[in-house]
Amino acid sequence: MKIVVCIGSSCHLKGSRQVVERLRELIEKYSVGDKVELGGTFCIGECQKGVCVTVDDVFHSVTPENVDGFFAEEVIAKLK
Amino acid sequence: MSERLGQERHIPTMRKFDTKVQHLKYKVLREVARHTWDGTLLEHIIDIPKQIFPGPRPTMRCCIYKERAVAAERVKMAMGGDADNPNVIEVINIACDECPVGGYEVTNACRGCLAHRCEDVCKKGALSFDENHVAHIDKSKCVECGACAKVCPFTAIVHRTRPCQNACKVKAISMNEDRSAKIDNDKCTACGACVYQCPFGAITDKSYITSVINLLKSEKNRVYAVVAPSISSQFAYAKLGQVITGLKNLGFHTVVEAALGADMVALKESRELVEKGFLTSSCCPAFVKYIESAYPKMKEHVSHNLSPMAEISRYIKESDPGAKAVFIGPCTAKKAEALKENVSQYVDAVLTFEELQALFDSRGMDITTLEEGVLDNASYYGRIFARSGGLTDAVAQALKEQGLDGEFTVIPEVCDGIDECRIALLKASRGVLKANFIEGMACTGGCINGAGCLTHGEKNKAEVDKYGREAYEKDITSAVSVLK
Repeated sequence: MKIVVCIGSSCHLKGSRQVVERLRELIEKYSVGDKVELGGTFCIGECQKGVCVTVDDVFHSVTPENVDGFFAEEVIAKLK
Repeated sequence: MSERLGQERHIPTMRKFDTKVQHLKYKVLREVARHTWDGTLLEHIIDIPKQIFPGPRPTMRCCIYKERAVAAERVKMAMGGDADNPNVIEVINIACDECPVGGYEVTNACRGCLAHRCEDVCKKGALSFDENHVAHIDKSKCVECGACAKVCPFTAIVHRTRPCQNACKVKAISMNEDRSAKIDNDKCTACGACVYQCPFGAITDKSYITSVINLLKSEKNRVYAVVAPSISSQFAYAKLGQVITGLKNLGFHTVVEAALGADMVALKESRELVEKGFLTSSCCPAFVKYIESAYPKMKEHVSHNLSPMAEISRYIKESDPGAKAVFIGPCTAKKAEALKENVSQYVDAVLTFEELQALFDSRGMDITTLEEGVLDNASYYGRIFARSGGLTDAVAQALKEQGLDGEFTVIPEVCDGIDECRIALLKASRGVLKANFIEGMACTGGCINGAGCLTHGEKNKAEVDKYGREAYEKDITSAVSVLK
């Protein structure tokens, strides 16, 4: 599974670093580092909806506040 | 056409530049760019000089035919110049005024005095006097020491050098037999000082503006604009956010700060410094070229890091295979750097701010009317690379952030301009430099005074520092943490 977080200017100002840092912690916590690849990109083209994240090319709008819920629903649930 | 003229009324284009030479160069670039967008360049190539100089009266040369002939040469430079000349800086021979290169000359301020201090001080016996007691210098004896000029009570003896030779501190410019300027490509650092200083615009940098437009025109390309932090002091008539929107409207996929590459470089360079104990910076391509040509023994001490431009472009290409990267900055030497084997794989083309202005106007785009986009990738430290001393501050900060400042103390030698670089390198090559890190910037003041800037001024440093303080990320580690 490939998670790509937009680290472009707009998403950066909306907290993409915090999202990336939390995702790293969650990947570690759930020991899914071998199944999940985390990457960055500079623009997904949906700047209004940032922080933009794609999971296997499916778009999601994430915030630093809801990243835990996003990870549970879109990552952990789908890995099972 | 009418649309463009209307726009020129809105913001007088001359106001965007320091000099009329820049303005002329810009007009040629704009027309070449416009025809490249339209796909009509080849059929209109011979019309451009006439379009710029419609005549019948000449505006800046002896006749319109010469004006147009020079403009035709500028069109060629706008399209990439002489492919057989490896240097990105070229002389337009017919534009060169063959300025006097007399060296020391006696002017009519000579009063024919009694003292003849000039004669007394000259060790070569080059001074003689005519029947009016006016001094004359025998060129065959004069060694250009300047002693006579220093002692003349009337300051009647002057030193005449060409603006290009005066600007070229690495002494790469001499004279052809026809008295036109000649560039020694081995010595030339491509810094562009002569380009900015030649009052006739006879030395100019090759442009890759047509390559960039062709990249943008192809819809399958994702072209990233990598902009240098010195942009904060440019396009002063608009807001930075409007420049960013303008870039996206031109067709760039997105805009990324080269300063983020600078943050990456600061971390790597500080570790390299600790490991090697002595280092010279590698960010400024003109400084690196100067070391290679003038101090080859110092080459081993040049940091092995890529420059911020290349570092961030490499990241872009690794994270988005197939992407194209265009660096936009104040620098003509970056054009040369981008042609290097280890950089050309990451950077597809380089534009200057002058060329970006031409690109905006070739689309009839008035950026002052656009919404403000955002640009925020780098930290304060990455952004201040644009001015002299910034790189050193960033390396010191990087040592601190990595906990290396306890075991290693950086003793920097900040070289502001190529003259200071030469002194530091000379001392270092003789083992008498009391420093372990040389920050070398070929342009005085740093990148903010690069030859490709629209405007050059004192306030630019303050603008860059302000822009640095506005960065969302306050330290280097935070800025690069998203990249791993």
